[in-house]
This record gives sequence, structure tokens and C-alpha cells, in this order.
Amino acid sequence: MSFLTVMGLLPLIGAALIAITGKGKDELVKKMALATTLVVAAAGIYLALSFNRSDAGLQFVEKRQWIPAFGINYAVGIDGIALVLILLSVILAPIVVLAGWNEATGGRWSVKTFYILILVLETMMIGVFAATDVFLFYVFFEAMLVPVYFLIGGYGTGERSQAAVKFLLYSLFGGLLMLASIIGLYVIAGSQVGRTFDIGALSTLQISPTTQNWLFLGFFIAFAIKAPLWPFHTWLPDAANAATPGTSVLLLGVLDKVGTFGMIRYCLTLFPEATKTFTPVILVLSVISIIYGAFLAIGQRDIKRLIAFTSISHFGFITMGIFAMTSQGHSGATLYMFNHGFSTAALFLVAGWMISRRGSSTIADFGGLQRVTPVMAWSFFLAGMSSLALPGMSSFVSEFLVLVGTFTRYPVAAIIATFGIVLAALYILIPVQKALHGPTTPGNENLSDLNLREKIAIAPVVAVIIALGFFPAPILNIINPAAEATISALGFSDPAPTTHAAGEHK
Amino acid sequence: MIGYLIGLPLLGAATLLLGGRRTDKWGHILATLLSGSAFGLGLKLFNDMLALPTEERAMHQKLFTWIHVGNFHVDAGLLLDQLSICFVLLITGVGTLIHIYSIAYMSHDHDRRRFFAYLNLFIAAMLLLVLGDSYLNLYVGWEGVGLASYLLIGFWNQKPAYATAAKKAFVMNRIGDMGLSFAIMIAFVTFGAVSFEGIKEAAPQASTAALTAIGIMLLVAATGKSAQFPLQAWLGDAMAGPTPVSALIHAATMVTAGVYLITRSNFIFDLAPDAQTAVAVVGAITLLFGALVGTAKDDIKKALAASTMSQIGYMILGAGLGPAGYAFAIMHLLTHGFFKAGMFLGAGSVMHGMNDEVNMRRYGALRKFMPITAITFGFGYLAIIGVPPFAGFYSKDKLIEVALNAGGAKGYLLGGAALIGAAITAFYMSRVVILTFFSNKRWDDNAHPHESPILMWLPMAILAIGSIASGFLFTKGDALQNWLEPVVAPHAEHAEHHELLPPLTVSLIALTLVAIGVAFALLKYRAESNPSAPENVSIFTRIARKDLMQDAFNEAVFMRPGQALTKSLVSVDEKIIDGAVSSVGSAAVGSGQLLRKLQTGFVRSYAALMLVGIALLLLAIWVVSL
Repeated sequence: MSFLTVMGLLPLIGAALIAITGKGKDELVKKMALATTLVVAAAGIYLALSFNRSDAGLQFVEKRQWIPAFGINYAVGIDGIALVLILLSVILAPIVVLAGWNEATGGRWSVKTFYILILVLETMMIGVFAATDVFLFYVFFEAMLVPVYFLIGGYGTGERSQAAVKFLLYSLFGGLLMLASIIGLYVIAGSQVGRTFDIGALSTLQISPTTQNWLFLGFFIAFAIKAPLWPFHTWLPDAANAATPGTSVLLLGVLDKVGTFGMIRYCLTLFPEATKTFTPVILVLSVISIIYGAFLAIGQRDIKRLIAFTSISHFGFITMGIFAMTSQGHSGATLYMFNHGFSTAALFLVAGWMISRRGSSTIADFGGLQRVTPVMAWSFFLAGMSSLALPGMSSFVSEFLVLVGTFTRYPVAAIIATFGIVLAALYILIPVQKALHGPTTPGNENLSDLNLREKIAIAPVVAVIIALGFFPAPILNIINPAAEATISALGFSDPAPTTHAAGEHK
Repeated sequence: MIGYLIGLPLLGAATLLLGGRRTDKWGHILATLLSGSAFGLGLKLFNDMLALPTEERAMHQKLFTWIHVGNFHVDAGLLLDQLSICFVLLITGVGTLIHIYSIAYMSHDHDRRRFFAYLNLFIAAMLLLVLGDSYLNLYVGWEGVGLASYLLIGFWNQKPAYATAAKKAFVMNRIGDMGLSFAIMIAFVTFGAVSFEGIKEAAPQASTAALTAIGIMLLVAATGKSAQFPLQAWLGDAMAGPTPVSALIHAATMVTAGVYLITRSNFIFDLAPDAQTAVAVVGAITLLFGALVGTAKDDIKKALAASTMSQIGYMILGAGLGPAGYAFAIMHLLTHGFFKAGMFLGAGSVMHGMNDEVNMRRYGALRKFMPITAITFGFGYLAIIGVPPFAGFYSKDKLIEVALNAGGAKGYLLGGAALIGAAITAFYMSRVVILTFFSNKRWDDNAHPHESPILMWLPMAILAIGSIASGFLFTKGDALQNWLEPVVAPHAEHAEHHELLPPLTVSLIALTLVAIGVAFALLKYRAESNPSAPENVSIFTRIARKDLMQDAFNEAVFMRPGQALTKSLVSVDEKIIDGAVSSVGSAAVGSGQLLRKLQTGFVRSYAALMLVGIALLLLAIWVVSL
């Protein structure tokens, strides 16, 4: 059994243990959930350390027959891109559990159910990034909706049912399109290489351009909804607004990455010609997402919706980097996924603490927090600096790589996207000014600052953000071989500089 | 070794910020000592450099690989050469003096520790800016000083106007930073490198178009950071920060980063004459712009801020004049660092004695009450208006001379602007000095002006000495010019040196204009006794008081349309994009009633639904594979 499979099963074991715990032992349940996620995180770090960084191919491979009649396998394996995303998921999970220690209380169902859902979701997150069989991927992709649906609909706030349904309908719609494409692929595979869902085998298929285009679109729209890319984004602000902060972190930080990950793993690998056909359109959508998301973020009055819209802008950067087809764009995009996970986590968690203390998520209800709750204010500020990609923060490295990688091939897209950095300053500094600066708004005088548990939860997030800002190599070195392999498999190589220095080596 | 320069103040910032209230008692001492140690280390490194032959003076240190993807390779590397050591000494030297001053100036502030943490953070970031060996490393320092500036402008951000000023500075700087981003991107496409060394080597082979584009984008970056036209509007508001900050960041060091950037990039500008001309023009416009604004400001700090903008305009003009001007731009930058920092500290000293009053109309005759402040400020004043033998005379005169010698119409225009600027400078600076220290007492009786404590006047005195001696020292035997030559003019063509006017004539013209400016101010303000600004003034004065309408312009052209766009996009998103999806959804299921039913009953058992879906999938697969 591959270590990947073991790791994927660990949260399920934790969930099972929680399920047999007696009623009314909420504190114990929380501790069990935290312990489980910590074990999984440790396993994830072990996985990363034992990963061979010089190998661009799949590692920790395991393949077992599942439904032989249809050629469906339980097949898993990871390259650098998948590893980084699994790492992100398993590191964020314990932080989310610790940060939102009391967020399950008062939900529609028990605290126990909440943590079972979280742990089941963690298994699926690992599975969806590890799957190398398209059918298995599809099962995880769809099954993930279930725990998220219940987490939003059962434990969220405000119009949680409506938001959960909206999320579900959007995702189902995308899932159906993807399903149609998968069936199409399977049919083609049947006539060329036999019944299989193996991604390696599927990528060798000869598919006519028209068919490729249709199949590509099926996958792409599903991923664009998940990511989300403009104009498929309107479910996200509602979902993020209704969900508990911890759920929002998992939703925006990890689950949405399944969309951008899927673009790399499935759209690019399976349909190289269609990818080239649609690249201009997708770049346009990405640039619109960047600018549009930023403007919408500036216009929000609610802190959670604001963060959701900043993510739409950030996902525009990620898709732009992916489709720029340069090693910088590609590595930058994957690094962006990782970094965005942490900076969004920081923003949502701190915003969540602010909201639970104040009992309101309207930005105007805050004010002067810097003097009342300095640690909380600083945490929010640093999270914001990371979101606006201040140099020295990890997000700067990835954002700059995406921009420079895009610029070498598509200068116009990169130039427009760069205006996003000015808008980012606005969408972060406006809420910072309203919530943290100014005189203390009545009602805020007695808010309590972060407690020890909360400080322990936020500290590693901030530490990762700053450490990777100055030394991104540990993550970049994992990503680079896989990113370069993806690019060269598509027949692209980086544009050469227009000028060569006399005698410069390279 | 070079790394410690940055590491020391960074350690201070981290200790004070993470240590929190526990470090309240000794935090300011630690921060001052660390800044002082960095200055000591800078002196040692300078001394080491002096002992080396010219070509071995530049020290290059690679710390680690920062970013490496494909052919994009950036090291975390530091470059200490003849140019960066000048900045290192200025930043840590003036920085340490201002730390000392702040111990007293901020002694009653509840948040003094936080203030010192930010100051140390600024020193570290500014050192990184001038020591980075590539444009991307410089970028980190560049936005790092922007962050420190933001934090310090908004140090008293409980006042909404101050918080707004901080945000304005950050956002306008980000527009400039975008220019730096573009410059780096174009440089990478052109050269496959972003390091100074790599680009310098390859620049001669590059197309003029690419070099011009990079140059223009670097200029955009410089206009943001150095408050040059058209991104100048943030500097006046930045005076919301505590006065030592205005002295250090918004006068002596950070705002001169644009001059550094352009001088550092001489290998690009020297090959891109159009970009170079653009630099000179921006400098000339700004030096007049700032000077005109300076004539109308009653707030002493804002008058000095306008003057900073104007003086940096001189430096940018000099940097835009190529190899002839770089050394003098840097010289003016250094002398300005002394005299302007000194005057800002003097302004702080005045405010300290006058219940934080900043309106010069409510000063008057203060020389009798704070003589040391008056004398040190006076030295700074004589330096800035360019009276020999004070420092500004040497540096500004040289800049005027070089501008006049630029040749043809360019020479007349740029040199003429520089000369007119000198006259206006003499007028508005005399106005500041007369309204503050001379004329008649105009404050009311609850003000009790008094001299500041030694911790405050000592730094002022040291800077005043710099305002006297530095110009002479820099020009003696062309010391600074020769020192900087390996960096800024490796291929200097001394042959192409034509003089429009002999240096002595230039000096005489300049001094005459200065005398006229001073005389005007004397006539107008010598006997001033009105404690409020006159209302019935000309339209020109009113425009100047409103900073030549800079804010009105920005608000009308960018801010309000931007706000309108944001508003309409928000409603487009809610009503059209989301609305379309919702109505398609409603139409599909018949009515909203049904949708609600779907929510409560059917969809909640989605797990079952999904199983059905997968069963259908398997069925479909089975059918097609028959």
C-alpha cells in the first residue's frame, strides 16, 4: 500500500473514532479531531521530505483494480504540483480545527458531526489531488461537495441554506459537463487503447480537434466554476459569507484549488491542442477576473464577501499563470495556489475572530481595533499585506513569477493584470483603515484580544508566509520539475531573451 | 559582513514588535544602539574601501538563491560599492541622529516603542533598497520602505485624516511600484536577467526601444517614491507622521530613493537619451511645482515638504543630465540630507515648544526663546538657498551649471527652470524663517516657547555642522565625483564638455536671483503681525495654497470615476451576472417555490443523488462500451 493511501485513510480513522465517541463529549471530540489532523500533517511533511525532487514524474504510485469490467482502477500518485497542494491541505486542516475551536457549537447538527465532516473532507482533499485515474478523480471531485454542503448549510450563518444550495447547483452543473467529457474520453479510449481511465494512457489518445474542443470545455467549465473564474464566480461570495470561517478557509484555500489543479492535470495534459485553441479566451477571462474581482472587493461592505472577491482576483492570476505556458508562469501559478491558501487562511481566520467578537461582519462596525486589540489587528494587517503581495511575503514571489512569466509571452495580459497590484492596495488598505484605524467605534471598547489558542493557530500561518517570502526554494524546488515537464509536454519552451550579453554563460 | 548592516536594525524591529509591552522600558535604547552599530559598521566598511584600489572597492556578496525558475534566476545578493556606501552612511548616520532626537521628542507618547520599531524597520528596508544587487532585491526594499512610511505616517492613525494620508501615500506609491514591476519585466524579456551586473553587461547590445521603455518605467517608479510630478500629491499629506519621520523618511532618505534608482540605472539611461530627457523634464517641472507650492503654505511642515519635493526635483534633473549630472545629483542628495533633516528637526523643536502648533502664522520672534533651534535652522536655511560657503551652494550651483550646459534649447529651458527655482526657493525659505524666528510675536498666551532638551538639539547641531562643511568636503579636489566615477561614469567622455557660461558667472547670476528672492520675502513678511492667513488673495495664491490643484485633479480624474465604476460593477455583479444565473435556475425548476422545495427536501439528500449519478455514469459507460 502506498504511503499516500495510508495518509488518505488516516482522517477516516479519526472520523470513525469520533463517531463511536459517546454523546456530549464535545471537548474530547475536538481534541481527537485536532490530534488526527496533526498526525496527518506530520505524515504530509514526511511525504514531502521523502519526495524525490529531481524526478518530474509521478511518485508514491499505487494502482489496484477497482471495477475491472470498466477498466476503472484505484490509482494514485503525485508529482510536485499535487504534493504541494496535498501539503497545503494537511497543514491548513489542524490550523482550521484549532482556530475555529467553537465554531461548530450552535450549528444545526452536533459538534461530533461537524468534525466527522471535516475529517471526511480531508480524506477527499488528499484523494482528489492524488488520483491518477480520471474516474477516481471524478468520484472525489463530486463526493467532496457533500461534506462542504453540510458544513455550509448546517453550521454557517445568515442565509446558509440558500448559499449551500447555490454552491451545490453550480458545482453539480460543472460536474455534469465534466461527466459528459469523461464519458466521451472513455469512448475514444475504448477505440484506441482499450477501456481505461488511466490519465497516462488517456493523454496518448489521438483526438480530432473538434472533439478535443468539446471535451476540453466540459472539463474546463467544471474547473472554472470551482476555481472560480469570472463569470462563473457568483456562488463564491455567498458561500464564503455563509460558511464558518474555518469552512471558508478550506473552501477558498483548498477546494477551489481543485479547479486550477484540474486545469493543469486534466485540461492541459489530456487536450494539448484544445488548450492552445482556448488559451486566448482563458487569458481574457483571467485578466477580467483579476481586475473585476479587485473592483468588486473594493466595493464590498462586508468583510467576508470582500475576502471572497479578493480570491476571485487571485484566481485570475493563477489561471493566467497556468495558460501563459512559461515555466515562470506555471511554477508561479502553483506556488500561488500554495501561498494563497495561507494568506486567505490568515485573512478568514482573523476576520472570523473579529466577527465573532463583534457580532457583525460589516466593516463599518469595526474601527480603532489597533488600539483595542493590537495582536488581532496586527494579524489582520499582516494577512492583508500578504494578500496585496508585499515583497517579503510569500505571495509576492508567486505573483511576480506569474506576471513575469506571462509578460514574456503575453505582454498585454500581463500589463493589464499588473494594474491589479494598485487595486490590491486599495481593497486591503480600505478595510484596514476602516476596521483597525480611526477612533474606537462605540461597542468595540471592550473587545478581547486574541487568546493563546488563537495565537498558536495564527502564528504558523504568518511564519510560513514570511519564511517563504524570503526563502521560497523549499516549495519552488518541488514544483519546478513538474511545471517544466507540463510545459514541455505541450511543446512549449520559454521565450529566449532578446539580447545576449557578450560572454554571458547560460 | 554587509548583511549585518541590514540585520542589526531588522533585529531591533523584530525584538520590539514581537516583544510588545515587555520592551517598553528599554526598546528605544536598543533601537538607537542597533542603528548606531549599523552606522559604526558602515564607517568601518567605508574605511576598508578607502584602503583598496579603485577597481577593487565594490564588494559583492551572494547570500542564497532567492527565486529560481527556468531562466529566471534571482539571488539574494548584496552590492556595496562607491554609490551604495554613500547611502549607507547617510541612512545610518542621519538615521541614528534621528533615533536620538526621537528619544526625547516621543518621550511622552504612549507608543514610543512601536515608533522605534518602525524606525528600525525603515532603516533595514532602506539599507536593503540601496544594497540589493538586482532590481528585484531593490524592489523588496523599495516596498519595504513604503510599508515603514505607511506605518509611520499613520502612526497616530486614530485621527481619520492621518489614516487617510497613510493610505494615500501607499496607494500612490503602488502606482509607481507598478512602473518598477514593468521595468523588471521588460528587463527580463530583454536581457534574461534582472541583476544590475547582468543588465549592465548586456545593455549596449539591446535595442534603444527596449532601453527607453525600461528607462521610462524606472522613471515612473521614481516619481512615486520621490514624490515627483505627476505622483507628488502624497508627500504633503505625509506630514501627518511625527516630525522625526518627516525628517528621516520624507526628507533625507526614502524620498531620495528615486534619485538612487536612476543613478544606479545609469547604464540604461545613458543609452536611452529620450528616457533621460524625460527624467530631466520631470525634475525641472517638479522643482518649480514644489517651489510654487512652498510659497503659499502656512503649515511649517508642509512648507518644508514642498521644498523637499522641489529639491528632489533638482536631484532628478541632475540625474537626467547623464554622466555630467549623476555625481552632483548624489552630492545634492547628501547635502540635502543634512540641511533638510536638520530643518525638519528644527521644525519639530519649534512645535515641541509651541504645543504642537504647525501654523507659522502663529509663530514669530521665536529666536529669542529657542536660540539653538534658530541658529541650527538658520544654517540649514543658508544651505538650502545656496549661500556660500554653505553646503547647498556647492551642490545646487553645480546642478544649475550642468543644466545650463546641457546644450541648445534644452540647456536654456532646464537651466532657466533651475535658476528660477533658486529664486523662488530663496523667497519661500526666507518666508519660513522670517515668519517663524523673526517678525512679531503672533502666538497667544497659552503657548510657552522654550528651547528643547539636549537630546533634541544635539542632533540638530550635528546636522547644522554638516550643512556647513559637507559641500566644501565633497567638492574639494572633486572628491565625490572621483569617488563615484567607477559607478556612474565608467566611460566618461570629458571631451564633450561645452560651457554655456563660465562657472563664476553662473554663480553670480544664481546669487543675484537668491538675493532678489530674499529681499522680496523681507519686504513682505518682515513686519508681519497678522496671526491668520489673509483671505482676499489672488487666484494664484489660492491655487498655490491648494497645491496647484493636485488633489482636485486626482479626485476628479481618478478617484470619483473609480468609485463610480466600482459602484456600477457591484450592481452589475448582483443584478446581471448573479441575476442571470438565478433566473435561469428559477426558470429551470419552474418557480421560486419549487426552488425552495428543492432546497429543503431533495437536494439535502444529495449523497443519494450522487450515488444515482455515479450509477448512471457506470450505466452509460457500460452502454457505450457494449
